[in-house]
Amino acid sequence: MFRKILIANRGEIAVRIIATARRLGVATVAVHSDADADALHVALADEAVPIGGPQPADSYLRGDRLIEAALATGAEAIHPGYGFLSENPGFVEAVEAAGLTFIGPSAAAIRAMGLKDAAKALMARAGVPVVPGYHGEDQEPEHLALMAGDVGYPVLIKAVAGGGGKGMRRVERAEDFTAALASARAEARTAFGNEDVLIEKWIDCPRHIEVQVFGDGSDAVHLYERDCSLQRRHQKVIEEAPAPGMTPEMRAAMGEAAVRAARAIGYRGAGTVEFIVDGSEGLRPDRFWFMEMNTRLQVEHPVTEAVTGIDLVEWQLRVAAGEPLPLAQDEIPLMGHAFEARLYAEDVPAGFLPATGRLDHLRFADGIRADTGVRTGDRISPWYDPMIAKIVAHGPSRASALNRLARALEETEVAGTVTNLAFLGRLARHPGFAAGEVDTGLIARDLASLTEPVAVAPEITAAAILTAELGDMAPPLQGFSLWGPLRRHARLRRDGEEIAAMLIVEAPGRARVELGGVTLAARLCPEGWEVAGRHPGRVLRTDAQVHVFARQGTVSFEIPDPFDRGGEEAGQGGLTLSPMPGLVREVAVRVGEHVAKGDRLAVIEAMKMEHVLAASRDGRVAEVLVEAGAQVEAGAALVRLEDEDG
Amino acid sequence: MKLASRILPSSEAFRANRAHHLALIAETAAVAARAAQGGGAAAQARHAARGKLPPRERVAGLLDPGSPFLEIGAFAANGMYEDAAPCAGVIAGIGRVHGQEVMVVCNDATVKGGTYYPMTVKKHLRAQEIAAECRLPCVYLVDSGGANLPNQDEVFPDRDHFGRIFYNQAQMSAAGIPQIAVVMGSCTAGGAYVPAMSDVTIIVRNQGTIFLAGPPLVKAATGEVVSAEDLGGGDVHTRLSGVADYLAEDDAHALALARRALQSLNRTRPPSVAWAVPEEPAHDPEEILGLVPADLRTPWDIRELIARLVDGSRFDEFKPRFGETLVTGFAHLMGCPVGIVANNGVLFSEAAIKGAHFVELCSQRSIPLVFLQNITGFMVGRRYENEGIARHGAKMVTAVATTAVPKITMIVGGSFGAGNYGMAGRAYSPRFLWTWPNARISVMGGEQAAGVLATVRRDAIERQGGAWSAEEEAAFKRPTIEMFERQSHPLYASARLWDDGIVDPRKSRETLFLSLSAALNAPIAPTRFGLFRM
Repeated sequence: MFRKILIANRGEIAVRIIATARRLGVATVAVHSDADADALHVALADEAVPIGGPQPADSYLRGDRLIEAALATGAEAIHPGYGFLSENPGFVEAVEAAGLTFIGPSAAAIRAMGLKDAAKALMARAGVPVVPGYHGEDQEPEHLALMAGDVGYPVLIKAVAGGGGKGMRRVERAEDFTAALASARAEARTAFGNEDVLIEKWIDCPRHIEVQVFGDGSDAVHLYERDCSLQRRHQKVIEEAPAPGMTPEMRAAMGEAAVRAARAIGYRGAGTVEFIVDGSEGLRPDRFWFMEMNTRLQVEHPVTEAVTGIDLVEWQLRVAAGEPLPLAQDEIPLMGHAFEARLYAEDVPAGFLPATGRLDHLRFADGIRADTGVRTGDRISPWYDPMIAKIVAHGPSRASALNRLARALEETEVAGTVTNLAFLGRLARHPGFAAGEVDTGLIARDLASLTEPVAVAPEITAAAILTAELGDMAPPLQGFSLWGPLRRHARLRRDGEEIAAMLIVEAPGRARVELGGVTLAARLCPEGWEVAGRHPGRVLRTDAQVHVFARQGTVSFEIPDPFDRGGEEAGQGGLTLSPMPGLVREVAVRVGEHVAKGDRLAVIEAMKMEHVLAASRDGRVAEVLVEAGAQVEAGAALVRLEDEDG
Repeated sequence: MKLASRILPSSEAFRANRAHHLALIAETAAVAARAAQGGGAAAQARHAARGKLPPRERVAGLLDPGSPFLEIGAFAANGMYEDAAPCAGVIAGIGRVHGQEVMVVCNDATVKGGTYYPMTVKKHLRAQEIAAECRLPCVYLVDSGGANLPNQDEVFPDRDHFGRIFYNQAQMSAAGIPQIAVVMGSCTAGGAYVPAMSDVTIIVRNQGTIFLAGPPLVKAATGEVVSAEDLGGGDVHTRLSGVADYLAEDDAHALALARRALQSLNRTRPPSVAWAVPEEPAHDPEEILGLVPADLRTPWDIRELIARLVDGSRFDEFKPRFGETLVTGFAHLMGCPVGIVANNGVLFSEAAIKGAHFVELCSQRSIPLVFLQNITGFMVGRRYENEGIARHGAKMVTAVATTAVPKITMIVGGSFGAGNYGMAGRAYSPRFLWTWPNARISVMGGEQAAGVLATVRRDAIERQGGAWSAEEEAAFKRPTIEMFERQSHPLYASARLWDDGIVDPRKSRETLFLSLSAALNAPIAPTRFGLFRM
């Protein structure tokens, strides 16, 4: 076993690798960009080496610096993680040329699988089923129609340069092919400036099922499958193992095909063979086809670890260190069911846009595996993937594992950035998903209901108000009054909307909140404020925000700043006045001109000083009341602004 | 030593007493609730239509969320001026802003435009007196038309009338007690001096006005026609006149500015007493209602009350075997050391001497005093006069009058005659004086007063050879008895600010603590007693 390894990655995967290395007594060297100097993986590693600027091209993709860092720190091997340089054969060669070990497959294996068409051809030769289709250069319509017939209807015409569904046509019958081709090409030309198409077999109910393989260069085993069908625009959202509806025959057939694929290229290390499966009539051994092989550890590897009890990173290290495969195929267990949900900093209502921000709070459910590279106080930076964590739930059955996942998501607490937590929570409670009806189109079909905003229950708002106003303390004499208690206005803001409530504190830890016509009685319990007899969720107050970690996800409120009064200047009627008697040196604006706050309006000379009068707000110049050269009194109106729309 | 209790909560008497006191509390609470409504629904609607917060919401908005509020004079002017001035048109009390205790005085413009009735003046001055004695920063939430003109003779000219408000502001400012005004409405004539005399003044735009004479008076005097805002609005006073310092956009903004102003006072509490870790009483304060007899004339052991007021019900009773009708001793109240002086019957010479001794002891040690009054007076009769009970009573009165430690008085039963003096009645300037709903206060009992008057009358009739039948005597006595009964009622007393308020007996412990806590904002001065007649 190695004494020291360098981890050429960042975030949760770097943290994950460090955990196993530490358990095995292997010292770790982290690398980091300037943006990651304070990152969790840096803090956890035994040593850390800065390797450049925040752009990946300046740091995590700089193979030369990584190798230099490994040599300088005495690391014997480099673990690439996933992404970055994990599937770069040139890097593998450079690592080996430097006398270091690359924890992963050979450069040749990566190359063999790197070119998708060549890989398919290679697999077909090795007897692995591949998706029937035509990816040829000959784009003559007659030839394409012929190929479509060979593939077998229904077929899918796809623009080579395609994406987003443009230039894509499903064709049911041969007689419709020519027309569909013409329209697909026209669309592709407009959209991509390239009208070339390919033809694939249409798969009615496509499922993405992948098989985890592991090779030691001479032998290979599989660690069963994962189902990654729950995707949004080809991004995996929730993965699981085993695949719902999997039969022993199908598993044997797929596992055997995957092992055959790995053996065909003398594979060493962890790899994943991806298949597309037609799930329209259940899982049948003749309805799966090779798509591609990923020659690295996958993001979703924890679900396999959960159902097999095997630490895949440990296997990677042992095999890379020259040990044979730790277990034979029939020794590998399959226990229960596992799910992984990917928690991202992203703005779901805005179309899943990546988000950034400081994590004011991050806490996961007790007893759940959460692989994360960040902790409370960290920033989600715009430089890298905005993944916050992978939440992994395991249970004896699919239903129990899914229930645990749903509960774990409900109990996850994130504040400081918007996340897809609520979306994941709803997916985990999706009845179709629970019934095992998984296919890659599920999210797109139900997107509206999965992302529609949930009304915030008044109990949640009340808990936020109570915590904002009173904290979670009930000091003696709180709310004391001789006779009737005082009523206090309380304000919060959510999504830009003002929420006005009345807070009546009656006794220590006892209050009422009047909100939108209802009165809610509240009581402070050890877990926080209980409103109307129920606990709406833990509440966290930061400087200017309150977050309620409700079952429906994090509900965040802003505490308005009582001094933030935009109208202060507007109250002057938009008039700019001369601050003292003096001479108007200059009038810098004309009627009708648009000015921004801070723009120069006029200059007054007085007491040997020039005073620049700036616009107090954005607006349009409605009147200029003086001319340059005029002598004015203190308080004389010089310029009047009005609102742009006024 | 921990006090034992002999109360039986399951007894018939306990239940009857409790029912009696609950009825009194309910009656008092109803009066308080009515007073808290200020000038009523129509006036409140007009007030709200101007964008103003109701006065109690202003107070709440100034104070920390959940702050205790020790209201002063909640029953002021109750039943007076044909009930036209609930709460005397001004809210006063002690609350916390950024954790420090402040005195808030808030005009209620829904009550006759917030004008000052005689009781309004008295209440305002009482609040200032408390603030001055306790060194509490004052915040005036001003919204008042000034003196109530129909009552000008009882409001303007005398020493303790309107002008005294500004005199007090100047004196307090001179003593380093911050004075902050928030002008949230009118501030006319003399009222203009509240903001002008303050250390820091905040005014609300298009709402607060400060002027010596309002537009109608200006027009009458000089013919000048001017709007209130141009005459003395927020913009004018913060930009041109300098009468106010901060311009607020609305009530909420003004209160936030006032809270901010209170953050820069650079004040600390003076070192005072040796605090202990607070502890709940071992006996439930709720039981107070059952242990206090419904009839004022039924004797009861004051230690049962003390056991429900003090920390751990622990009471180090001083001189327990001497002058037993006065109970004295040391205890802690929510961590604050106190000396308790409590009546357990008529005051005899020994009890008075013991009381004087104990007050001396507390003064020596700078321990605040709590007086629990339930007193019919000093013992009368030849034996007692001859042994010099007046001389011994004077010792106690001297000690109580001249001690410099804070005194807090709570009347939990009768408060009659010179007993009231010896037990730190209103005239003896306790920092605070609170009354229970069952209490009675008068120079003597109604029966006794009527008896005295009847005796004098009978002597006169009989001297002239006339006769006076028992029926005639009863008829003669009835109006006196009725007058005493009416005037000794706590609501009558509280309306006239003979006390600082009526307290639900179950809240006595908190009320006493908040009073002590407020009082301890001022350092405890060394005591110099007057001459004790030996």
